[in-house]
Amino acid sequence: MELEKFSYDNKIVKQFAFATIIWGLIGMTVGLWVALQLVFPALNFNTSFTTFGRIRPLHTNAVIFAFVGNGIFMGVYYSLQRLCKARMFSDRLSTIHFWGWQLIIVAAVLTLPFGITTGKEYAELEWPIDIAIALIWVVFGWNMFGTIVKRRERHLYVAIWFYIATFVTVTVLHLVNSFELPVTLFKSYSWYAGVQDALVQWWYGHNAVAFFLTTPYLGLMYYFIPKAANRPVYSYRLSIIHFWALIFLYIWAGPHHLLYTSLPDWAQSLGVVFSIMLLLPSWGGMINGLLTLRGAWDKVREDVVLKFLVVAITAYGMATFEGPLLSLKSVNAIGHFTDWIVAHVHVGALGWNGFLTFGILYWLIPKMFRTELYSKRMASWHFWLGTLGILFYAIPLYWAGFMQSLMWKEFTEEGMLRYPNFLETVTQIIPMYAARSLGGALYLVGVILMTINLFKTAKIGSFLANEEAEAAPLVKVYVPHGTEHWHRWIERKPVQLMIGSLVVILIGGIIEMVPTFLIQSNIPTIASVKPYTPLELHGRDIYVREGCYTCHSQMIRPFRSETARYGEYSKAGEFVYDHPFQWGSKRTGPDLHRIGGKYPDSWHFNHMLDPTSMSPGSIMPSYPWLLDDDLDTTTTAVKIRAMITLGVPYPKDFDKEANKNLMAQSDSIAAHLQKDGIETLSNKEIIAMIAYLQRLGTDIKVKTKK
Amino acid sequence: MSALFVLIGISLIVAIGFLCAFLWAVRHGQYEDDYTPSVRILFENESTEKIQSNKK
Repeated sequence: MELEKFSYDNKIVKQFAFATIIWGLIGMTVGLWVALQLVFPALNFNTSFTTFGRIRPLHTNAVIFAFVGNGIFMGVYYSLQRLCKARMFSDRLSTIHFWGWQLIIVAAVLTLPFGITTGKEYAELEWPIDIAIALIWVVFGWNMFGTIVKRRERHLYVAIWFYIATFVTVTVLHLVNSFELPVTLFKSYSWYAGVQDALVQWWYGHNAVAFFLTTPYLGLMYYFIPKAANRPVYSYRLSIIHFWALIFLYIWAGPHHLLYTSLPDWAQSLGVVFSIMLLLPSWGGMINGLLTLRGAWDKVREDVVLKFLVVAITAYGMATFEGPLLSLKSVNAIGHFTDWIVAHVHVGALGWNGFLTFGILYWLIPKMFRTELYSKRMASWHFWLGTLGILFYAIPLYWAGFMQSLMWKEFTEEGMLRYPNFLETVTQIIPMYAARSLGGALYLVGVILMTINLFKTAKIGSFLANEEAEAAPLVKVYVPHGTEHWHRWIERKPVQLMIGSLVVILIGGIIEMVPTFLIQSNIPTIASVKPYTPLELHGRDIYVREGCYTCHSQMIRPFRSETARYGEYSKAGEFVYDHPFQWGSKRTGPDLHRIGGKYPDSWHFNHMLDPTSMSPGSIMPSYPWLLDDDLDTTTTAVKIRAMITLGVPYPKDFDKEANKNLMAQSDSIAAHLQKDGIETLSNKEIIAMIAYLQRLGTDIKVKTKK
Repeated sequence: MSALFVLIGISLIVAIGFLCAFLWAVRHGQYEDDYTPSVRILFENESTEKIQSNKK
């Protein structure tokens, strides 16, 4: 057979590699900054754009979608071409994909600090950017499948299966979770409310971890580890089995983020069961990766690339052991809302994603630039700084998480909370926050060393933009069944028949069950829960804008320690008008679900102006701009109309008189403040914020004054 | 709780989609040989190697 000559596109790989490095530096620097803000609140700089609540989403989005995202594309574009023995389907699509993705990231940088956010974790970008993400993602898929179709190698190597699963699932997740109703160009409301929104969000959130941070990286692992070690993967059969098991199980595990919340119990249990099962396929991948290096451990001692890869797989193993552990309800009761979770995700992010990316970069850049790495010593320093950085990051936060959780739950012999003041439990762990920042700084210094090293490498090398290759074309040879009817195939084997019937049963089951459940299982409605007033709605939007959910939960779990501290536990029916839900996932500050009526209006006013004036030692940022900025009441009517579209039962034509209602309420709050000696105009944002905070959780509050 | 059932529905569709992909893979002989592919990826195209070493 005649060989076809073609070339691999290295230029696009290089572009994604450089983007990975640059965004990695930026995202991690912002990460270090937000970590330091918890130790030195002055680093919030008293301006809105630099406050923790707005910058922390910038960090998460930058490291996940910019650093890891570009890392995925770098690895996929390099390996897919070689695995398929074909150039990428279209150079133009590659270019559109690259620049489109970078523009999306720039759009994130230009919107998040300005408070333009949906308020849903890891999906904060507003609707126009969501649409752009969907389009560019499709370009990626188109390019990938085009390449697969014109491949010259019949067998799809296991890495490609992981890439395909990534593409398919991320598409579905993004579309379902981004279902939102645009209100203005930069503001939308989630289509779902309360419990439902929470469920969709964490179904998305968990699977973003699964299909953005895990499956594509497993695909990269299956290509780059064998290549770097120059030996075949330990068990190809295991890789196939663990692939199918992993993707099937992962999609169900989302509810473990909502244990002990208002989510129905059976859905929580479903999440727990699948999470525990996930341990097996996860460790299947880890074992397969590690054992690929069997007999090559001497190389690990020498080769810095392998060192990074080994630590990456080890971190993957630790994180995926911890995941199922944290999904056990009794463990989750301790870990949830604490820094334990932050430590857990960073073992995954810094160890698994970070180190795998670094290993690939150290292997790929010298290869594409046809030279040796500039300095092995420097790379070795990077490795040790990074490893120490992870330890210094994770261990203090595990400690902080445990300690704070136990303090929250501790009672005195008289049956009172031992630490009734939440702030006491925060000031206790500030040294650990400082140690964590040190860990982050070490890690970042390592990355800076890598950047210099790779830049020097690129400079001394000569880049090969189009790598020549040749391979025989794929001939259609596989036609064993001829014109045989497809069903004959099913009939031939009992296993196939069983699988087929299983599918049919499932479909039948869904069609029967879903409508039944839809009618029966509405969230128990609570008659006293009413829609927000226009002023409270504005206040809620400010709450979302400032990212309050990054530090405050609105979900009181049914534990004695929580009801004693915060009040009656949260009920599903209380959130039916919350578009989006704001349950939060971390308590750096106390829960706010029953904050309404707890303090006078003036307390909130002073507290937002300077938290330390009301709570000395508080690490919460100040929000002085809320006192200066006028509330934008021009959008009131559109917002009310949007809420009506989403099914919130405002009276007919309420949008027209909403602002009148708003004025009346803000005047009364301004009057309250005046009584306490605070002079302020009633059209400031702070008034709306106070209105919302004072409303929180009061719908079902038993009104008995002590 | 309707979102839960929408999600279960979508999750099932995704899972069934993967099942179909699996069946396709088995039917088209993707998994008839579970050793060679792991070794094959280690070989780069010979001609490429030569070009590279010549240019150095």
